[in-house]
Amino acid sequence: MSGVRVLVGTRKGAFVLTADGKRKDWTVDGPHFPGWEMYHLKGSPADPDRIYASQSTGWHGQVMQRSDDGGRSWSPVGNEFAYDGVPGTHQWYDGTPHPWEFARVWHLEPSHTDPDVVFAGVEDAALFRSSDGGQSWQELSGLRGHGSGPHWQPGAGGMCLHTILIDPRDADRMYVAISAAGAFRTTDGGKTWTPINRGLKSEGIPDPEAEVGHCVHRIAMHPDRPEVLFMQKHWDVMRSDDGGDSWHEVSGNLPTDFGFPIDVHAHEPDTVYVVPITSDMHHFPPDGKLRVYRSRTGGNEWEPLTEGLPQKDCYVNVLRDAMAVDSLDDCGIYFGTTGGQVYASADAGDTWAPIVRDLPAVLSVEVQTLP
Amino acid sequence: MTTVRVVLPGHLRTLAKISGEVTVDVGEPATLAGVLDAVEASYPMLRGTIRSHGGGRRRDFVRFFACNADLSHEPPDAPLPAAVVDGSEPLLVVGAMAGG
Repeated sequence: MSGVRVLVGTRKGAFVLTADGKRKDWTVDGPHFPGWEMYHLKGSPADPDRIYASQSTGWHGQVMQRSDDGGRSWSPVGNEFAYDGVPGTHQWYDGTPHPWEFARVWHLEPSHTDPDVVFAGVEDAALFRSSDGGQSWQELSGLRGHGSGPHWQPGAGGMCLHTILIDPRDADRMYVAISAAGAFRTTDGGKTWTPINRGLKSEGIPDPEAEVGHCVHRIAMHPDRPEVLFMQKHWDVMRSDDGGDSWHEVSGNLPTDFGFPIDVHAHEPDTVYVVPITSDMHHFPPDGKLRVYRSRTGGNEWEPLTEGLPQKDCYVNVLRDAMAVDSLDDCGIYFGTTGGQVYASADAGDTWAPIVRDLPAVLSVEVQTLP
Repeated sequence: MTTVRVVLPGHLRTLAKISGEVTVDVGEPATLAGVLDAVEASYPMLRGTIRSHGGGRRRDFVRFFACNADLSHEPPDAPLPAAVVDGSEPLLVVGAMAGG
């Protein structure tokens, strides 16, 4: 019987949650790497037993882990992320030049076809690629070397490259997003990059419609319609119908359009999920009610999904990498909170139940649909 | 060659799948850099976790102690204390205490 494996990264370790296709009864395995910050874990679409994990602490820096048996056992792989050439400077928070310094890996994106190929998005923002299962990493320096690089500034969480999307129809076509530089696209496998921020408006930066400088929190696409992109920006939920050439706002009737994650239903390219958060001053849900909002119209018209979620006194956050969807017939939706809860819905968001309630703060949630 | 005892912090013992002290053989004169080279050769997964790749700069929250002395700011090629070299005292690699 088919099943799911949910990979959860937290502030103090990683957890692997498994269930059969009903997604009612769960097994919780962990913590793996106890005490370490696990920014992200992600399995290879080409080999579900191959999982990559980013492990770090302030004391000992970055470690990369790989599992070849579905997360039962792990082995450290290469952790040297050397910027290509002389790294140069980007802007610090106050606009002064600041040297590019590697801090950690935020996001891992395995190739759709080759389990040994994986991309890593790092802080300070850069994109690395490994073609040997994570043993060694090479920077795709055309991104950082884009002419706008010296003007990039960090978001409050650091200048991180947090989103990597690979076009399932053309692996040379990729999208990345950087806080707070914006979104970028390559069509040549990462050699050259184009900023794709036209239509974004960010109050609080000198030019609200600048080519770069936008605090993009997350981008999502449906694999059957990769030219359509959905974005949760710092403020504003946005949509592009032309692969990022232009964006238009689809926040519609959301109670607030600030938030972090955004994702798309596995079988319905116009069904989109966000978790509205009160504001950039108040990183918790409005009115103490944890509500996922779903649009079945590709944006603008949103409905709150509340059944099974706390509707009073809830002041957690849901971070940008902490939402995922499975691809079972009844699409499952998963998200984790900074309060340590991981919620699952086996009916596309109509009803929710916690898988676990008391993990460390959740940084990331990914799900693998198993045969 | 001389054999040096090294005590690693808990997170690195877990990462290297070891318990208790480790011992490494180093050429004479035994230096901090020589000991760390030997530790990393025996446990490659520790590369980058005590000092940076390439330049070998000590990570900010890591300190080196031996014989009640702080060796963190000694030149990496300075000879280690005699008690570390003769094995009567270990070299301590310490993760800085932090918290409230």
